[in-house]
Amino acid sequence: MVQNLFYFFSFLAVLSALMVIISKNPIHSVLYLILTFFTLSGHYILLNAQFISIVNLIVYAGAIMVLFLFTIMFLNLKDDEFVGSRIWYNLGSVFIVLVLAGLLVSKFAFAPVTVADEASMDSQIGMVENLGQTLFSRFLVPFELVSVLFLSAMVGAVMLGRREKGEKNF
Amino acid sequence: MELYFFLAKAIIILVIFGITLLIATYSTYAERKVAAFIQDRIGPNRAGPWGLLQPIADAGKMFFKEDFIPAKASKWLFIAGPSLAMITACLTSCVVPFGSTLDLRFLGIENLVPIQGIDVNIGILYVFGLVSLGVYGVMIGGWASNNKFSLLGAMRAASQNISYELAMSLSIIAIIMMTGSLSINQIVDDQDAFWKWNVFRQPVGFIIFIVCAFAECNRTPFDLPECETELIGGYHTEYSSMKLGFYLFAEYINMFVSSAVISALYFGGYHFPGESLLAGMLPADALGHNLLTMIGVGVFFGKILFFIFFFMWVRWTIARFRYDQLMNLGWKSLIPLSILNILVTGAVVLAWPKIESAFAFLN
Amino acid sequence: MEALTNRSKRVSNKKLSLGERLYLPAIVGGLGITIRHFFKKKVTIQYPEEQRPMSSVYRGLHVLKRDEQGRERCTACGLCAVACPAEAITMTASERKKGEEHLYREEKYAAVYEINMLRCIFCGLCEEACPKQAIYLQSDKLAPSFFSRTDVIYGKDRLVQSMETITSAKSVKSGLTTSDRYVDKVWKNGKY
Repeated sequence: MVQNLFYFFSFLAVLSALMVIISKNPIHSVLYLILTFFTLSGHYILLNAQFISIVNLIVYAGAIMVLFLFTIMFLNLKDDEFVGSRIWYNLGSVFIVLVLAGLLVSKFAFAPVTVADEASMDSQIGMVENLGQTLFSRFLVPFELVSVLFLSAMVGAVMLGRREKGEKNF
Repeated sequence: MELYFFLAKAIIILVIFGITLLIATYSTYAERKVAAFIQDRIGPNRAGPWGLLQPIADAGKMFFKEDFIPAKASKWLFIAGPSLAMITACLTSCVVPFGSTLDLRFLGIENLVPIQGIDVNIGILYVFGLVSLGVYGVMIGGWASNNKFSLLGAMRAASQNISYELAMSLSIIAIIMMTGSLSINQIVDDQDAFWKWNVFRQPVGFIIFIVCAFAECNRTPFDLPECETELIGGYHTEYSSMKLGFYLFAEYINMFVSSAVISALYFGGYHFPGESLLAGMLPADALGHNLLTMIGVGVFFGKILFFIFFFMWVRWTIARFRYDQLMNLGWKSLIPLSILNILVTGAVVLAWPKIESAFAFLN
Repeated sequence: MEALTNRSKRVSNKKLSLGERLYLPAIVGGLGITIRHFFKKKVTIQYPEEQRPMSSVYRGLHVLKRDEQGRERCTACGLCAVACPAEAITMTASERKKGEEHLYREEKYAAVYEINMLRCIFCGLCEEACPKQAIYLQSDKLAPSFFSRTDVIYGKDRLVQSMETITSAKSVKSGLTTSDRYVDKVWKNGKY
């Protein structure tokens, strides 16, 4: 059952991730990306990490992707707006893809294969309480640093969006 | 008897789903009646006794109307919009505890069966997750219509939902801090006495939450996405037939779920004053337990119906906000207020043992 | 400027106080008002079953009057058609023959008299213009709804007062137009 679900979610995740790139319409891309997040949440649930799963949905699918969709709907992107050399664009993207793929392969191809030890496996590790305990004890400093980062990003956004003196329009 | 447990669970889920749809159906009738009564009219009274068959007549009309898809619309997304709105609305009610437990040992079910779709330990987050997904139905529908007014309505819906989701979640955090759990079940059980209801312990949080609930349901005074005077029909301008019906219906389901969540989080859910007194009077066997549970379910539905009425009452009282007023209220008032609420609650929760010991001489 | 009535209210643009900016007291007040209306007596009239009494000066469906002996009053002078701002009235005059004295009061009568009810605006100017008190707008009868354009043109068959109502016609104050009737009513009741 769990294995079948795993294959189903994985298949759907890979398919929708591919569709994000393949589909011509940016709106469709965003919708496929949302589907990808859903399948990832499914994976989290299979790992018994309900909290992460639902937070993934709230934050990524519920908030960030809404903003993506929002922006794309406003921009009204068209195909013919591309300027510059087509060849350099293609070559550049091929280069970037190769570099990324090389990095991933070099990382994972030589990584030791670990198998979960059923005896020492804690099925409750993904629950809220355990997560909170870990975040606020072992990872306290990174956690606080991340919150400072968010705060500075927020302040920056407010500064950018601030109305200048004498400016009438939004 | 795992099988019987699953069967009982399945029946409960089906009943909850049916009741959700039924209440949503009759909310459309109640909306018109309440509107009429508040405006000194009588309202629908021709279809059946007191017009009780009116929702069925409305649904029949919706079904038989021409199902129209605009020529330049994105066809699949145009269909996906109302479906998504309906799905997200229907999914939410499965984590709301409608009652405590049923004792079905005479059927051979060992465990007590909770009257709740699924009891997840992140129930309240599940609700928020689905609420935040609810905006997709509106956005996709508005964009797929290929109409400026629909798009504007969808934009408004998206920005409004994102803005008010923040304040809503922040106002809930205070409750979560007091209860120490994300499970709605535990939050409800934490309010087992009348004076422990969260509305008394968290009045500011309650006001923030109910304002945000109005905004999330796109109800007046926050119904800017479908603001008729500016946007014709907003995101559902191009919709007709049952697709339009789904949008309207989803709004009423959302209203039902919001009412259920409000009563569960702030008004003690299925607990009622005098519950322990009544529990002492009833026999301590399975029958007494089940009877008490059913009374609790009745009380909970009473609370839900009151809040549905409250939604309508407010709709026919308060005028629509202007868009900048809406954003100002959300970002400049509600969010700072809810953050302040969290800070105060956190301080009180930390200091509570000391306060209690300081006033120990009173006991 | 001096106010004409005591109902006008001066707009003030003063800053809202903190209590007012919270909006909550005002919202609760508003909710109180609406809930009071919720329990108020309803003003709805269930139309087909119960009907509202109509004003005696209401201008409803036209009627071509007969006199006390049942003769048509209309003499086809055309003044109503001239007065009609919507040009809804047409008529064809004809001469009364011997032996028709019991049918028509004057020597000339309207052989055809048609009112287009889609054009008519029920202003009552025809009634005012008529020198023979022949046409009236009834206060107790509405122009019905139409389902076909041929129904819309009312001829003499539907306009002339039926013979059965002649006796009661005497009770109608003949010779008074709508505005006269209105003035009369106002005079009697002493209020507007």
